[in-house]
Amino acid sequence: MSDKLILSPNLNNADGFFDALARAHDGLEKSTSDAFNARLIFLLANHIGDNEVLDEALTAARNSGHYR
Amino acid sequence: MSKIFDVPLYAYTRSPDQDEGMPVRHPVVIIGAGPVGLATAIDLAQQGIKTVILDDNDRVSFGSRAICFAKRPLEILDRLGCGEAMVKRGVQWDTGKVFFDTRQVYEFSLTEEEGHKNPAFINLQQYTFEQVLVERIREMQADGAPIEIRGRNKVEAIGQHDDHVKLEVETPEGSYTIEADWLVACDGANSPTRRMLGLDFDGQVFEDNFLIADVVMKADFPSERWFWFDPPFNRGQSALLHKQPDNVWRIDLQLGRDIDKEREKRPENVVPRLKAMLGDDAEFNLEWVSIYTFQCCRMDRFRHGRTLFAGDSAHQVSPFGARGANSGLQDADNIAWKLKLVLDGKAPETLMDSYNIERVHGADENILNSTRSTEFITPKSEMSRILRDAILDLSAHHEFAQPVVNSGRLSVPCTYDGSMLNSADALAAPDLTRPGSPCPDAPLGDDHLLDKLGNDFVLLTIDADAPESFEENGVAASRLALSVRDDPSLTLKRQYLGDAPSGVYLIRPDQHVAARREAFDEPHFRAALRRATGKE
Repeated sequence: MSDKLILSPNLNNADGFFDALARAHDGLEKSTSDAFNARLIFLLANHIGDNEVLDEALTAARNSGHYR
Repeated sequence: MSKIFDVPLYAYTRSPDQDEGMPVRHPVVIIGAGPVGLATAIDLAQQGIKTVILDDNDRVSFGSRAICFAKRPLEILDRLGCGEAMVKRGVQWDTGKVFFDTRQVYEFSLTEEEGHKNPAFINLQQYTFEQVLVERIREMQADGAPIEIRGRNKVEAIGQHDDHVKLEVETPEGSYTIEADWLVACDGANSPTRRMLGLDFDGQVFEDNFLIADVVMKADFPSERWFWFDPPFNRGQSALLHKQPDNVWRIDLQLGRDIDKEREKRPENVVPRLKAMLGDDAEFNLEWVSIYTFQCCRMDRFRHGRTLFAGDSAHQVSPFGARGANSGLQDADNIAWKLKLVLDGKAPETLMDSYNIERVHGADENILNSTRSTEFITPKSEMSRILRDAILDLSAHHEFAQPVVNSGRLSVPCTYDGSMLNSADALAAPDLTRPGSPCPDAPLGDDHLLDKLGNDFVLLTIDADAPESFEENGVAASRLALSVRDDPSLTLKRQYLGDAPSGVYLIRPDQHVAARREAFDEPHFRAALRRATGKE
């Protein structure tokens, strides 16, 4: 159950963001890509700032994996 | 030149107890003349309780060991009459620098709080720290205080009884038996007392090995705490550099798991590691080398009948954050006044259960913080390392990431939230001084607030009326009358009143707040004093 985390479409340019994210990884070694993703997560988490939203996001990520 | 830890400081002498036919009963016996045992003894003897310390050795600790002492323990030591001596001999520092790989990622400053008498931290070798405590004991003895250190008195057996503890003590001249109304076990992480009583010590063991080297060198590094993650001179690991008095530097190098400890400890292996760090030209002498692993654990309970455990014997943490000796001194601070009241028959024996509850709370806080630091410093999985390194990279560019970097969360005092000794908060003032909190210091002209608190219950009134003292069931609280005008810096007002027009605080002998309200209300404060002494 999510109370605070937005799970309905909220990106105003979803295709654009997917493209930008994929392209940010172009040509990177796996280790560099992993590091990039990790930095990105912390930047976004700090912007969100709300631990309840972040906890709900952790749960949503955990529960929506292919191998759940 | 002989070092302080090579010289007997409390050499064995025969005690009259050894020639008595029957075991002599003492109010308090303390096992272990380390920082916690010595401090507990001073606190008790200062209040007139006859105290005997037994130690299997006759000198201060070998090697520098605990070196960082935080503000709260210094305040406690002020109450014990030796805080200023410690500060005078220590190295003060307030800046920390964090390096990742080859560069400095950020620097932090421990905020000096305006108007507090003591610095945020001093560095001082444990052997000097213990020496200052022993000097304080000698000074007290000269004034007739009932305190005694018995060197080379090794406790071999302990018998627990309902109203006392019996101890079999081995000395160079054979063994003898003594009894204690209360026993305080301050005998360290490997506590023989704990083992003799068959008590558990559970927690998480960390597998990484760390090399400690104390080197004597003339170097112009500043008095700062430098911490490296993954430096070129210790790849994939961490390193720490800290200054101690007398040109002694503490170097702490993470070595990883599965190493040959004996081999790594040899000078021919230690010296090249240090040269890689300090430069080939660095000239230094090794004073002390040790390799350690650590665990974060505690006893289930710190009170077992008439035996109390304090310091590392009760709880152990990783060294990151200097939470070991600092928390042990807060244990001592918590024990002494309670034992005094119980021994004087002014509080029920169950008051000692509040020692267990309050200090278990403190230990859990320290274990949580030091475990988190350890996990940041020694990531356990590839992904933990990726996340850790991401924060370190970000911290060089963006301020938000700096507080996430965890090279040790430095020791801060524990607030006894939820303690059975607290009365409900009845003052709309800052959280900082809520019931359970240690009183923050404030300047009062040439003096400081904390120098006027402690040892007995104090009724602090700020712009409020109250009787000069009141007594409840034999326990007295005397008034300290202040006004916000006594402190032009307004630190007192900011910390103790906030927007409230006045405040009355009941403060425990260990300088923790027991109760607070806007005005003196006799039935409430009588109840608060009963509650703070375990009678409600």
